[in-house]
Parts: sequence; C-alpha cells; structure tokens
Amino acid sequence: MAQEGDFRLEREPYYRPLHGEVELFEAAWRNRLPVLLKGPTGCGKTRLVEFMAWRLGRSLVTVSCHDDLTAADLAGRYLVTAGETVWVDGPMTRAVRLGAILYLDEIVEARKDTTVVIHPLADDRRALFLEKRGEVLHAPPEFMLAISYNPGYQSVLKELKQSTRQRFVAIDFDYPAAEVEAAIVARESGVDAATAQALVKLAHMTRNLKGNGLDEGASTRLLVHAGKLIAQGVAPRTACEGAVALALSDEREMLAALNELVSSVF
Amino acid sequence: MSSSARYFESPVGSAEPPLGAAELERRLDELVGAVLSSRRTAAGLARGLAEQARPLQDFVLRWAGVAAKSSPELAYQFAGLAARAVGELGYAGAERWLLAAMDVYDREGLYRASAELKDLAAFVERAREGAWGVSFAEVAGVLETFVAGLAGRRLKLAPAETAWTDSATLFLPQRITLFASRAENFRVYKVSAALLWAQTRFGSFALALADYSGTPRELELLNLLEALRLAARLEHELPGLHRDLEALSRPALGAEFGPARERLRAPGASAADSLAALRRLPASARAPDWPFLGTLDPARALAVRDERVARDKQALRAALQHWSDERGDEGLPPLDGESLASGAAAPPEDVQRLVQSLRQDLGELPADCLLPAGESPYPAHAREAAAAADRADGGEEAGALRYDEWDHRRGHYRRHWCVLRERDVQPGDPAFVEAALERFRPQIRQLRRTFEALRGEDRRLRGEPFGEDVDLDALVRARAELAAGGELGERLFVRRARRERDMVALFMVDMSGSTKGWINDCERHALVLLCEALEALGDRYAIYGFSGLTRKRCEVYRVKRFDEPYGLAVRERIAGIQALDYTRMGAAIRHLSGILARQPARTRLLLTLSDGKPDDFSDGYRGEYGIEDTRQALIEARRSGVHPFCITIDRAASGYLPHMYGAVNYTVVADVARLPTKLAELYRRLTA
Repeated sequence: MAQEGDFRLEREPYYRPLHGEVELFEAAWRNRLPVLLKGPTGCGKTRLVEFMAWRLGRSLVTVSCHDDLTAADLAGRYLVTAGETVWVDGPMTRAVRLGAILYLDEIVEARKDTTVVIHPLADDRRALFLEKRGEVLHAPPEFMLAISYNPGYQSVLKELKQSTRQRFVAIDFDYPAAEVEAAIVARESGVDAATAQALVKLAHMTRNLKGNGLDEGASTRLLVHAGKLIAQGVAPRTACEGAVALALSDEREMLAALNELVSSVF
Repeated sequence: MSSSARYFESPVGSAEPPLGAAELERRLDELVGAVLSSRRTAAGLARGLAEQARPLQDFVLRWAGVAAKSSPELAYQFAGLAARAVGELGYAGAERWLLAAMDVYDREGLYRASAELKDLAAFVERAREGAWGVSFAEVAGVLETFVAGLAGRRLKLAPAETAWTDSATLFLPQRITLFASRAENFRVYKVSAALLWAQTRFGSFALALADYSGTPRELELLNLLEALRLAARLEHELPGLHRDLEALSRPALGAEFGPARERLRAPGASAADSLAALRRLPASARAPDWPFLGTLDPARALAVRDERVARDKQALRAALQHWSDERGDEGLPPLDGESLASGAAAPPEDVQRLVQSLRQDLGELPADCLLPAGESPYPAHAREAAAAADRADGGEEAGALRYDEWDHRRGHYRRHWCVLRERDVQPGDPAFVEAALERFRPQIRQLRRTFEALRGEDRRLRGEPFGEDVDLDALVRARAELAAGGELGERLFVRRARRERDMVALFMVDMSGSTKGWINDCERHALVLLCEALEALGDRYAIYGFSGLTRKRCEVYRVKRFDEPYGLAVRERIAGIQALDYTRMGAAIRHLSGILARQPARTRLLLTLSDGKPDDFSDGYRGEYGIEDTRQALIEARRSGVHPFCITIDRAASGYLPHMYGAVNYTVVADVARLPTKLAELYRRLTA
C-alpha cells in the first residue's frame, strides 16, 4: 500500500494569487466543501491545487480523467494474484484514507457513469461506497475533493451534469491581466521582462482568433514553454513557432497566419 | 521550380579576380568565332564583360559555350544581354531565360529564338508573374487571420488596384511581383495589410473631411507621413513587423523629411500631427516609391466611417436601453464614457464591442451615444412589402401550424403568432450531387474512414487482462487449469467497451435570400459531404431547410426526414436547395426542435447552418427582437432535451451568437469555401 509520504509535495509550487482564490479555496477546505475549478486549459488550475496542497500541508492525489476511466479505476478493484483475489485501492479510495486532496483533472473527460461515483463524496455525506467490498468509507475532515473543468469544449458530450456541478464551490479561472501574466511567464521561464511581455502580446493576438479558426488562444502554460526555450537560447521566433503556433493548430493557413503574428512581435 | 534562395546563389566561387578584356575576347572568339567577321568582333562584348565580377563572367562564358553548340549566333546575342538578364532575373532565372530561347531555336529556328532572347523584358514579366509573384487569392486567408489577430474591429480583405482602406475593408493589390522572391513579395503584402490595419486602428481617419482636402501630391505626402507615424507606433508594439517595414522602406527618405519624422515619432502623435507636418514640408518634397505605400482615400473612408458611427451609435443606444431595462433602472442608467471603459458598470458584451468600435473611429465617445433609445424605425418600403405579404397569404390552410413567438419588450409570448408550413424541396438536378461526389472524392474517402472509426460498440468484453470486474467464468476455468497443473492465466477480467453512440442530429439549413450564389453552393456541397460521412457513422439524422417572409409565411423545407434513407430522392432535394426569402428563425427552431425531441436517443443535436442574424421584413423582427425570439426558442429547445449548436459564416457573429447560443455553442467558419469539408469535421468534433 502506498504511503502518505508518496503524495506529499516536496517543494512549494510557484503560484501567483489573482483574485482571492487562495482564501476561497482554504475556506472551502476548512468547511469541508468540494471545489470546482473552471477555466481554459493552461491557466493555472492544477497549479493552484498543488499550491493549496502544499499550503494546507495535505497529500495530493491527482487523477487525469479520460474517457475510459471507470468507477473501478477510481475506487479500486480485486486483482487475482497467485490464486488469491486481493483488493487494491484505487486513487480515490487511497485519497480518502489518507485524508488527502483528491484532484480529478478534466472531469468531463471521464465517462458519465464514473462522475456519479463522486456524488456521495461531494455532498455532506462525505462517504465513499465501496460496493464490491460492501464497505463504507467516511472521509476524514481534512479530506477534500477538487475537480477541474474546461467550459470551452465544443462538445455536447462534455458538459458537466447539473447534479454534479451543483455540489461544488466553483472558482472561475481566466487568463491573468497582461502585466500579471508577463510576470508569471518571466518568473516561470526565466526570460527577461521584455520578452515575457512580447510573449503575452502574442498570446493576446491568438486569443483574438478564438472562434475564428482557433478553439482556444495560447495559454499561459504555452507561453512558459516558449519562454523556457528562449531562455535556453532558442531564437524567439523558432521557440514560438514550436511552442505556440504548432501547438495551437494543424491547419496550414492558420499556422502561416500565426507565424506572421510571431514574426511581427519578435 | 527551385526555391527562391537559388536565384541569388552565384554559380561558382567568386574569390578569383575578374578576367581582363583581352582574355575575354580570346575566349569569346573561341566560342562564337563562327558568326564573327571583321566588322562584327567580340571586342565590344569583351569590353562590356570586363567590367563585371568574375562569377558573372564565368556564368556568361559557360552558358555561351552551351548555347554555341546549338547556335553561335544565339550564343553571341546571349553574351551581349546576359549581364542585364542576370541583374533582372538572377543566375537561375537567366539560365531559364536562355534555355527557353534555345527551346524555341530547336522548334522554330534562329529568327524566333533570337526574338525570344531579345525580349528580355517580357520574359522578366512572365517569370515574375509565374515564379515569384504572389497573388491576393493566395495570401488573403492568411492575412485576414493575421489582421484579426492584431486586434481591433474585424476587417474584410478585398483585391483592388492599389493598397488602400475605407476603414472597413482592406484593399490590397491583385498581385505583387516587385521582388524576385515569393517571401519578399509576401512581405510587401503583409506590411501593406498591417499598415492599413494601423490606419484604421490608430486614427488615420479621425479628422473631419475638410482637414484632408488637398492636391493629389499633398494626399500622397500625407499618406507617407501617416506611414511614418504608424511605423513609429508599430516599432514599440510589433518590433518584428517594424523591421519588415524598415527593410522595405527603400530608397531612404531625403533630409527634408527629417523634422517631420522626428515629430511623428513622439508618443501620442495623431493624424492631426501628420497634417501639421505636411504643411511644413518644403515644396520640393516628393513621396518615395516604397512598395507598401498604397493610396489614401479619406473621402471614402470617412463616408464608410460616418455610416458605421451612425449605425454603432444607434445600436449602442438600443443596447443601452435593453441593458437598463434588464437592470430595471428607472430612466437613464448613470453612464459616462469612463465607467464604460473602466468596466466598473460591467456592461454586456455587445455594449463593450460598440463602445470599442466607436472609440476606434472617433478617439472618444460622443456624449449623445450614451442616451438609451428605443428600437430604430423600419424603412417604409419594408413595412409596405411586409403588409402586402401579410394580406396576400393571410388565410388559414390545411397543414399550417401555429407557433408562439417571444416578444422581449413585453416579456411575453405572442400566442399562435407565426404560421408555419412544412414543404418539400423541389428536386434539383442530381448531377450537382454527382459532381460534388466527384470533386470531393479524396475528402469523402478520408471522412468516411474517420467516421467509421467513431462507430462505437457496447459490449462486455470477457477474458480481458484488466477490467472493472473479475470474470468468474474465466477464473473458474483458470483455477481448474491451475489444479490440473497448468499456469494461472492472466485474462480474468470483464471490461466494458465504449458505449454505443446514441445520438440523433437535425441539420437546419439557412435558405434565406442572403445565401444566394456560392454560399448556397457551399451549403449544398457541405450537405453532400456530411451525408456521406454520417452514412459511414450510422448516426440518425435529418435535414431541413428554413426560410420565411412575415409571420404568416414561415416555412421549413424537408430535405431528409429521420426515417428516410439517404438515396436518390434526398440527393435530388439537396441539389434543389435554393436561396429564398428571410430568416425568421424562432418558429423554425420551435418546429424542428419539436421533431427532434420526439426522436428516441440519449443526445439530440440541433445544428443550424446559417449566414447571419435572424431577420425578417416585418413585425420588427430584424435586430434585437429577432435575436431575443431566437434565443428564447433555443432556450425552449434546450429545455426539451435538445442541444442547439450554430455553424455560421457571419464574421460579425461573435456580437450576437454568444447571447443566443451561449459562448461555446457556435463556431464561425471564416472561409466559406472550406464549409464543405469543415461541416462534417465540426460534427465529428462536436459529438466525439
């Protein structure tokens, strides 16, 4: 069985608070409320959870959801070894036992029937039913459930059900204001302030194209990637073409336009 | 065709010193001696060549040698023109010029070949057109996205004689062939487009028309001064673009422009400063012939601007009225330009967009825009036409259905307000579909493959190496084998495979008059491709068209019903889809989402394919009323378990579609020509 120490963060993750979300998260934790983080990809949702786990001194169990994720994958299952059936906890069960923060990243990617499993854990019962073992696990007070969700997906199958979403305290994320975002990019990637500002300017240009050929503009994460490449000595244009333009689109014409934007900024 | 870089390569190393005239004459004698005489010697040629660099000399000698094997006369003529040809075309281009002439020699003899060779100018022209020229059509898509990325109001692109803008459309030349490489010619396009964008963005047309009056020469100089002002502005914002602009600013400006340039570099310099600088220029000042400088047409730009400003003001006042109604304010909302800009009052998206547009045009918000006002009056002729249609077709009729319509001003439904009929599309020529199938054959094959892969199956897979549950049968078998001395197998679990797709879709196609022409063609192509893809996928789907004129003549046209197979009849009806009247969307959505809601399925998708806002002639349907009614119809649809989604080619859609469909439930296909391949792809993504 995994030890609690395996899920502890060793170092303080860098996180720049934007608008009181740290206090909100902490208040939710103290009041044993689950949290829903929503916002576009790469704007700091996961980083906030990491930061909070560190700040609150909790272990963090992260599950990246995918469309084949079953309830058994989360709760646990019997395995057959050497002629015996052995129960093995899934990440959710483990997190409950540890009193950790359980973070289900991109929850809408999981199958609908899977999301329902978290319901009893997400309301005031705070219990996990292990159907196959006939066991009810009650979550300790320090346990917390956090899920993330990107409302920008254009898929009717990727909407969060009302019955799920109405159990959570929601924290809305968006890209930070330009100066703040530039400071984050500079801090995370090690580029100078001017380069960071140029990267943010590029990001804003790509965000102008959202809905006009791009599904999403460049995220802060992409900017950090590009910044890291630049800090390593890669030419800014090359770095942005690789870390921003090609990451955003496969369409030849859109790539050409993005590269022209890159070469206008740098 | 070789890459552009080759045109600048020298064919051999250039370290060696040039050959002298005597040596050149000797070598030329060897090559073309057969056509020389006492009166026609190689001396003149050699003297000319002696002034050239060694690589060029080597190039001429080598190719004169090649040509001389066919015709010494041609070689002689080549040697005389080669230096000029290389100057114009580069080495590779000059090589092709000679080879083209030699081809003519082989086919048609010396006389024609010599003419071909001597007409260097024509060859240069053709070569540029073909090899290095960049056309508007090639770059329009990229530049339009590029300009959209630069921010500000959405701008259209259109081809024209020269580069100019009327502040709504950026006009760019049909073709640019100024430079000997595609990259450089494209750069001219890009810089031109960016500069025109900057004109609209940074207030080149913010003055009164009288301020711009002047001679053509003055206008030309003003254009240049504006370019200088905007270039300085771009230097900080977009250094990369500024470098491109600098590189194209050749020849350099004369000293007479020095003070003006300095003045216009000042932060906050405006069009008024350019005008002031214009008056200080000496009479001798001439605008240079920079390739990206187009023309300035303040008269047309201001006409378009004023029209837009009037429209925006009206729309802003209506939007403010609506907003204040929504907030339940008494009288006027306490607004001023500051509170709108600071966002303290958190105005709705359409208000923000209009404020931004007005600011961009006028520099500031005129106070009179901030007075909320009711809906704008409708033109008299529209009212009359609508009344006529009303009278003409007012009677009841079998098969006519009545639908409520939402009146946002009253906050109530108008009961049984719209009369809707289902009609069949008149079958069109099936050859249209055949042609489309032929034309898009590769795309269809690709689509079918992609969609087949999506077809899901719902099965409990037994005997899997991992899964949700223990497969008892397999376990018992394995135990038995173990007891018999065998090995314990690994495939002992049950796993459930991906759920079956349980989805129906109804496509609602805009047949309003505005789709006439190639939009309609693209819609029909898109439907053909979609049907092919959906047949591969196996989702159940229906296609209906909609159009209407007044509340008493809302019509939906059956193209394919849910229970109908995709066969000849459907294909004929797809071919028969025409552009008809107006877009009274509410009734059509209510009717079609009713049909859709009766289909048994887990997910029901209502996809609207449209080219613009809801619109009708009468009853004040145009504008806010239509948008609100459509929105209400969509809310009803959602309540009945239907997911609405809109695919539009209207680039202004971000102004109203988020309000109607929700921020993520629409998409804009910017390039209509892409619609056929995009539609099926969007459907796939939407349902994946």
